[in-house]
Amino acid sequence: MTASLFAILMATALPLYFVQVEAFIGRRNLVAEVHTWSGVVLPIPLVVGVAGPWGSRLRRDVRRFNIWSAAEVRWLRTLGRTPLAERDKFNPGQKLNAFFVGGAIVVMLGTGSILKWYRFFPLSWRTGATFVHDLLALAIFLVVFGHISFAITHRDALRSMIVGWVPEGWAKRHAPGWLAEERGQEELPEPDPVPAK
Amino acid sequence: MVAGGALGIVFGARVQNVVGSALGSGLGGLLPGGNRFRIYTVSDSFPDIPPSTYRLKVTGLVDRPLDLTLLDLMSMPKTALVKDFQCVTGWRVPNVHWEGVRLSEVLAAAGVQRTAGGLEFGSYDGVDTESLTLAQAGRPDVIVAYRMLGGPITTEHGGPVRLYVAPMYGYKSLKWLSAIQVVKQPTPGFWEQNGYSTDAWVGNSNGRDDTPID
Repeated sequence: MTASLFAILMATALPLYFVQVEAFIGRRNLVAEVHTWSGVVLPIPLVVGVAGPWGSRLRRDVRRFNIWSAAEVRWLRTLGRTPLAERDKFNPGQKLNAFFVGGAIVVMLGTGSILKWYRFFPLSWRTGATFVHDLLALAIFLVVFGHISFAITHRDALRSMIVGWVPEGWAKRHAPGWLAEERGQEELPEPDPVPAK
Repeated sequence: MVAGGALGIVFGARVQNVVGSALGSGLGGLLPGGNRFRIYTVSDSFPDIPPSTYRLKVTGLVDRPLDLTLLDLMSMPKTALVKDFQCVTGWRVPNVHWEGVRLSEVLAAAGVQRTAGGLEFGSYDGVDTESLTLAQAGRPDVIVAYRMLGGPITTEHGGPVRLYVAPMYGYKSLKWLSAIQVVKQPTPGFWEQNGYSTDAWVGNSNGRDDTPID
């Protein structure tokens, strides 16, 4: 559902940003309303998913974003050039994406609110908010493009998002730490980094 | 990220000026912060006005109320202006070419009465309105425009005819101009009622310090 809202936001952003697209589609007020209300509604399923009693597994996953092993930190510091034996449910790239999306939702919501309810803020804030909103929108388009590219080139991961599970063999190879955790077993010590496959 | 966003909101206006000039208004203008036109329509859609049906009504404190067609406007003395177009939200498109007839010429044809103090403008979009004092309206750089960037004004830019008030922020240049009413004391228009300055001189209103339009 969040993905659909994201898609609506991005689609309606194009006529709002590019005059030529706006001229072609027209109905600017309608496009703007759909865009702003999609933005306001977007966090709701996320908050409901995380906050409710049904959200314990989701909360555990969210906590994983903040837990970085030494190897993962090293990977990040060397910008992906050190080989990394995957252990956790999420790889460092996925954790970074989660950071970015989380931050982006907050900043877009904040700047978007200033754009929509500009009367309540100093005019210079409207200009500043426009600038930040535009720039972050560009970054979001690039990140989403990368996100979808990874999904298309990693069919196993894509399928797991659709069906909700992964084969045990996949987990043994890509996320042994998570597999052990799911099985209630003690986590194996981190092996020496294996060369990238 | 949130801290960055907050800083960007407060200081972004200043950054925008630098970025805008650096990116320019060509291909770089398509990037965030670039100097390209943006369109803030306040009605549901762009009014569609076939040029043959266009009419500009001039009423109020005048000796001769007018009902001008596009051809009428085009047969009046022509004025061309090349000026930067500055929006109150920060973007500025340099050297925009405009053609039209001076508002003062239109008013002279109508015969403004001595009790008049200002003008109220109406748009085909049915929502947006504007106003000017008589002194402001008499300036040589205030025109009723029908050509922009070398061609007829396109619908999205307010065509076939819009007001163009060169020394003021873009919101004063009312699109799809339909009516001019000459009054004693003009009521402030749509954007002014939403908090923007009535005397919208570029660089000297709305709390901004942009370079004035020469």
